[in-house]
Amino acid sequence: MIRHLLSGADLDADTAIQILDTAAEMAAVAGREVKKLPALRGRTVVNLFYEDSTRTRISFEAAAKRLSADVINFSAKGSSVAKGESLKDTALTLQAMGADAVVVRHPASGAPHRLADWVDGCVVNAGDGTHEHPTQALLDAYTMRSRLGRLAGLSVAVVGDVLHSRVARSNVLLLSTLGAKVTLVGPPTLIPVDIAAALAPGTDVCYDLDAVLPSSDVVMMLRVQRERMNDSYFPSAREYARRYGLDGPRMGRLPEHAIVMHPGPMNRGMEITPEVADSPRSTIVEQVANGVSVRMAVLYLLLGGNNR
Amino acid sequence: MAYPPAAQSSPPRQPSVKVILTSADLQRVVDRIAHQILEKTQGAADTVLLGIPTRGAPLARRLAARISAFEGISVPVGVLDITLYRDDLRRHATRAVGPTQLPAGGIDGRRVVLVDDVLFSGRTVRAALDALGDLGRPASVQLAVLVDRGHRQLPIRADYVGKNIPTALAESVKVTLAETDGADEVRLYGEEAR
Repeated sequence: MIRHLLSGADLDADTAIQILDTAAEMAAVAGREVKKLPALRGRTVVNLFYEDSTRTRISFEAAAKRLSADVINFSAKGSSVAKGESLKDTALTLQAMGADAVVVRHPASGAPHRLADWVDGCVVNAGDGTHEHPTQALLDAYTMRSRLGRLAGLSVAVVGDVLHSRVARSNVLLLSTLGAKVTLVGPPTLIPVDIAAALAPGTDVCYDLDAVLPSSDVVMMLRVQRERMNDSYFPSAREYARRYGLDGPRMGRLPEHAIVMHPGPMNRGMEITPEVADSPRSTIVEQVANGVSVRMAVLYLLLGGNNR
Repeated sequence: MAYPPAAQSSPPRQPSVKVILTSADLQRVVDRIAHQILEKTQGAADTVLLGIPTRGAPLARRLAARISAFEGISVPVGVLDITLYRDDLRRHATRAVGPTQLPAGGIDGRRVVLVDDVLFSGRTVRAALDALGDLGRPASVQLAVLVDRGHRQLPIRADYVGKNIPTALAESVKVTLAETDGADEVRLYGEEAR
């Protein structure tokens, strides 16, 4: 078993499938009378969040608590970090407090990798800069598998701001390990040159959303971050929505069984219209529920045994 | 030399393997437990059989099939995975979690009969009781085991025992079933053969 979960590339197919299978068992807990398992009693999980994130933090917190772990939430705002403490000093503090696992979200790409060298516990990357977000990729894979019954051979279109998306990067790495075919779609300014070859051979790039839709089993829309809209990656928000937004007519061009995903939070009317987001094909709410199960599986597999 | 070397005077003991129950024995034992369950539960009314993986699950299904053959009653069968309730999780590498499947009617207010292959320390049953408590509130819980080999570490006893086998701690009991291992047999392995 792996020590840390830092990247979608840390997982080989067997480990990834083991996480998804474990998550399926964890999901059953949500329907029980007592939504708690004793597996991580006495373990401490620290949520170390240097960036605002409601859903990811709450998801990890719920996952840890359902496994009976003690949870300490540490957000950079109003903490010693605001007073200028370095990541390393914070890490040593957590170490001294006996953190068995540190879930870290950081604006700097690679911060979790550095942290993994400094602490004895497991480190879980909950999003670092524009780099990776492996548990999001796992929950996306879990959602695809539970809706479509398989992962191998699926055609997945990842649409939008690939350049700044950690979700896209982790998904490409994990999905290609699991045998799905990923096509990155977006304006040329938002898809790095050679990214497909650098991440996973076999990944395609296409600048025309309409060309990709009829052959896609899954369309994953990425959020267009508001702060990017003024950075002239595309002429205007309206033009972006016209060319790369998923609306009703475009959804109609998808195969019958195809699903629409979005990691949230959505910009309704920008990359996705309300009509699509609220349709039965959309898995957006499911993804949130699956996120807790997948994170329970990750925490259990990292912390459940004596994997030291 | 007139005498053999010392090493040969006490030859290493042969690894001992003893068959405790053959396939036919095992069938008879399952038949008897099925009858005992019927007797003790007044015809298996409101009773649920829960097998503890790995081999408790097929045993529970067999018991249900025999009860159905004897009296035409269909007893709900389920599987209770106890991995997340074990008290030795931290002593081993992470264990894979298996599926828990409760029968459609649930376990609330029912008489639950836990089914396992070997009763040894009692820790598995302790974990199963904890798991049951999180899944619902059975009216009562009973325990059926194919083999009781002794050496309990907790105050736990079985209501239905297929065969009592006196063992030494160093020995091990291995149950194989057609469903999981290809053949029905119970063997007792000596210390060296483990």
